[in-house]
Amino acid sequence: MYQTVIGLEVHAELSLDTKIFCGCSTKFGQEPNSQTCPICLGLPGALPVLNEEAVKYIIKIGLALGCRILPEARFDRKNYYYPDLPKNYQISQNYLPFAVDGYLELPPSQKKGTPIKVGIDNVHLEEDTGKNIHSESGGREGYSLVDFNRAGIPLVEIVTRPDMHSLEDTESFMVSLRNILLYLGVSNCKMEEGALRFEASVSIRPDEASSLNARVEIKNLNSFKSVLRSLQYEIERQRRLLSGGEIVSGETRLWDEKEGKTLTMRVKESSPDYRYFPEPDLPPVVIKPQWIKTIRAAMPELPAERLRRFVKKYHLPPYDAIILTSSKSLADFYEEVVEGFPDGKHVSNWIMGEVLEKLKERKIGIEESSLTPASLSELLNLIKCGTISGKMAREVFAEMFATGKGAGEIVKERGLAQISDTRKIKETIDLILKKNPAAISDFQTGKKKVIAYLTGQVMKETKGAANPQLVNELLQEALQQQ
Amino acid sequence: MELAELAAHEIHCLLKKKEVSVVEVVDAVLTRIDEVDDNIGAFITVNGEGAQREALRIDQEISRGREILPLTGIPVAIKDLICIKGMKTTCASRILNNFYSPYDATVIEKLREAGTIFIGKTNMDEFAMGSSTENSCFGITRNPLNPDTVPGGSSGGSAAAVAAGEAIIALGSDTGGSIRQPAAFCGVVGLVPTYGLVSRFGLVAFASSLDQIGPITRDVRDCALLMNLICGYDPRDSTSAATNIPDYTDSLLNDVREVKIGIPKQYFGEEVDEEVAEAMREAMALFKRHGAKIENVSLPNTEYAIATYYLIATAEASSNLARYDGVGYGQREKSDNILEMYEKTREAGFGDEVKRRIMLGTYVLSAGYYETYYLKAQQARALIRDDFEKAFQKFDCLLAPVSPTTAFKVGEKTDDPLKMYLSDIFTIPVNLAGLPAISIPCGFNSLGSAIGLQLIAKPFNEEMLLRVAYTFEENTKMSR
Repeated sequence: MYQTVIGLEVHAELSLDTKIFCGCSTKFGQEPNSQTCPICLGLPGALPVLNEEAVKYIIKIGLALGCRILPEARFDRKNYYYPDLPKNYQISQNYLPFAVDGYLELPPSQKKGTPIKVGIDNVHLEEDTGKNIHSESGGREGYSLVDFNRAGIPLVEIVTRPDMHSLEDTESFMVSLRNILLYLGVSNCKMEEGALRFEASVSIRPDEASSLNARVEIKNLNSFKSVLRSLQYEIERQRRLLSGGEIVSGETRLWDEKEGKTLTMRVKESSPDYRYFPEPDLPPVVIKPQWIKTIRAAMPELPAERLRRFVKKYHLPPYDAIILTSSKSLADFYEEVVEGFPDGKHVSNWIMGEVLEKLKERKIGIEESSLTPASLSELLNLIKCGTISGKMAREVFAEMFATGKGAGEIVKERGLAQISDTRKIKETIDLILKKNPAAISDFQTGKKKVIAYLTGQVMKETKGAANPQLVNELLQEALQQQ
Repeated sequence: MELAELAAHEIHCLLKKKEVSVVEVVDAVLTRIDEVDDNIGAFITVNGEGAQREALRIDQEISRGREILPLTGIPVAIKDLICIKGMKTTCASRILNNFYSPYDATVIEKLREAGTIFIGKTNMDEFAMGSSTENSCFGITRNPLNPDTVPGGSSGGSAAAVAAGEAIIALGSDTGGSIRQPAAFCGVVGLVPTYGLVSRFGLVAFASSLDQIGPITRDVRDCALLMNLICGYDPRDSTSAATNIPDYTDSLLNDVREVKIGIPKQYFGEEVDEEVAEAMREAMALFKRHGAKIENVSLPNTEYAIATYYLIATAEASSNLARYDGVGYGQREKSDNILEMYEKTREAGFGDEVKRRIMLGTYVLSAGYYETYYLKAQQARALIRDDFEKAFQKFDCLLAPVSPTTAFKVGEKTDDPLKMYLSDIFTIPVNLAGLPAISIPCGFNSLGSAIGLQLIAKPFNEEMLLRVAYTFEENTKMSR
């Protein structure tokens, strides 16, 4: 039985309006090279000026991951040649990053008893590169084009320690980290826009006690799915090699999404020497303790705290709380519904049942659906005061979900309001009993089952609008009196 | 005296008195360029029509009441590594020979606002790497004082232009002596300001932690006037200093009483020409006569300066020059694959000295050598800085030769880079410490070559330099 050892490098674009070292817009999907200037194009003579908001963001991330914030951080140049890198060096941090030595505690799962802590080696800030467009992906035949709109977009890189030992750990880490970044509001984490990207390193060893084998780094991972698929592929490849008595060599491999496999990009001996040295155009950034204090005080509640609070405040089972807080938007949604319908467990049941089921069907997140928290709490209130039945509620909910209309509006439109007016129900019962004298005698001879039949008749007469429980009670009463 | 040979402050008086127009001043300078630049080679680009147009515009504005500021209408030459919008900025390199800057450097914005006239872009050593202006893809510049000799470098074009009347004032840049040494060789005034005093935004980088823009002028007053324009904090340069800028003309006092001048003994070794040393001794005597206190001082780590400099400057340069790859702008050599395109472009685009320094710098930063070379050099740099700091606890300024020799012959040192490097032995420590220093004319040797006197002050004390320099100038009248 092999042990798998996985580490991740996560790149997230910070959601700032302007680039890290110039005033250019960071808006996604604009005309190529329309969001550039001498600075992000690396023209001769241009100099970088640090966007201070980016530093604030990075400190927030560092604090959320339990890191130590270094009193003085510095930028370094990472030197390598690539056409999408305007200066042929990337301004990054190698020697003194903003935050070091943190951890992320994975949320408890049902399978595993003890919580897993994934160590964070460091959190640092750097500039994104541009994008090469080759002729097969829309560029001109025989040319490669470069779009520098992305060059200089602020990126955070989070480097973990090799503390993950399964795909489940890895997935849980990625989900939790994404969640934290969303909770902090520092990145939109849209993987389809490349705002969240990964590099994984993986090795396997015979058992926990053995020394680590050479690790393989996998690049070009742009979604949770590709991380997990590539790791799966790589673990199997390495296992096959080791079982066959071969050695796994340390190398960098590229994930081919279409083929579903990793390919050698470069072997260790030819790994690049980035010749890092301190960026002379940017002075060191001194982080005053007071600044950290201010940022800490303004930190939003994080997923782990929110989970604990949900259990305590709304009396939810941990399972419910884990699921509800697994996404910020879902947790926000839940709390807004509870505001209008203060029965935490009841709301949780609805969200974990109906709502998630519908979302799953449509493969969307709550933030993409037209369902509003106000209409869901309205629906729950309508059920509670008996205006509609549970069965009707499900139909109403389906329409709410599909159209975004309010619960009350739908009930009104469809004339679905449940009749709970005793007088009106009694009148209908009288009518039905008159039509069914045989049923009365059946009842009198002890055939109690006839009540169900009569209830059905009353419901039919009221087109299902009568409160069935009330009908049942009143029928019994009326029959006794006959 | 001819118009093209006057100092800016003299022309300013004539403009004020309406004895000349800006157009006449510009024409006088352009005529001079026509006459002499074929021999001197001070310019890479002459902005003839542009300058005339601008002169006419400013004359018209003056007639409508525009205020004539001290440098309004003054023709200024700009070293060709400072970006002017719409003009070529080549850095004297083939790799940028078709690069037109789409933006103005901060100093250019300031000069533009003041109404100076950009007369042209001056020749230099490629990417400011050199001490003789012989490393230019556009050919050499000759010393106007003696065309068989070099004008010094790397701002040789700017110094020669000012010396030859092809510009009234000029901007150069100084990374290891590139303003002071050519100023000394050409017999003009050159000042390297404290690192951070003048914005580097728009100055094409050679070695970012050492580069500074500074004035090259005919006399100390013009130097102060140009300093008034170009200094000041710039939010676009993160290494720019947030400091108050005085009126530098207030420092033009003929008075060095009680000024303590230190003579660093390491700057008077046997490598110094006897005639240069003699000129220094005469200068010391002059200052003494005028009430200054002269004493010896030791800067013990001076001997490490050249080695330190060539590790740090080349390391930074190897990275700064990486961007010239033919992808986004500049000269590109065609090839089917990207790696070969890079190689061909850089092989054809850079000259030998630039290649030499890129290779050295790349080596210095390589894994395994970073600690041995780069970090060691940073430690040595700190020691050199400490030497000066200690000296300035006692002295107001230091006096030394700018260069061990006067202008050498064209071609004399081109085959021996190390010999060439030693030309900057007394200027380099100043850049390593980020200090201000001025080079002023201090007589001629028996062959008629100019000798430069260097004064060094503590950070942001340009006022002391100008005061001491002005006193010297007033009492020798040796400028020009």
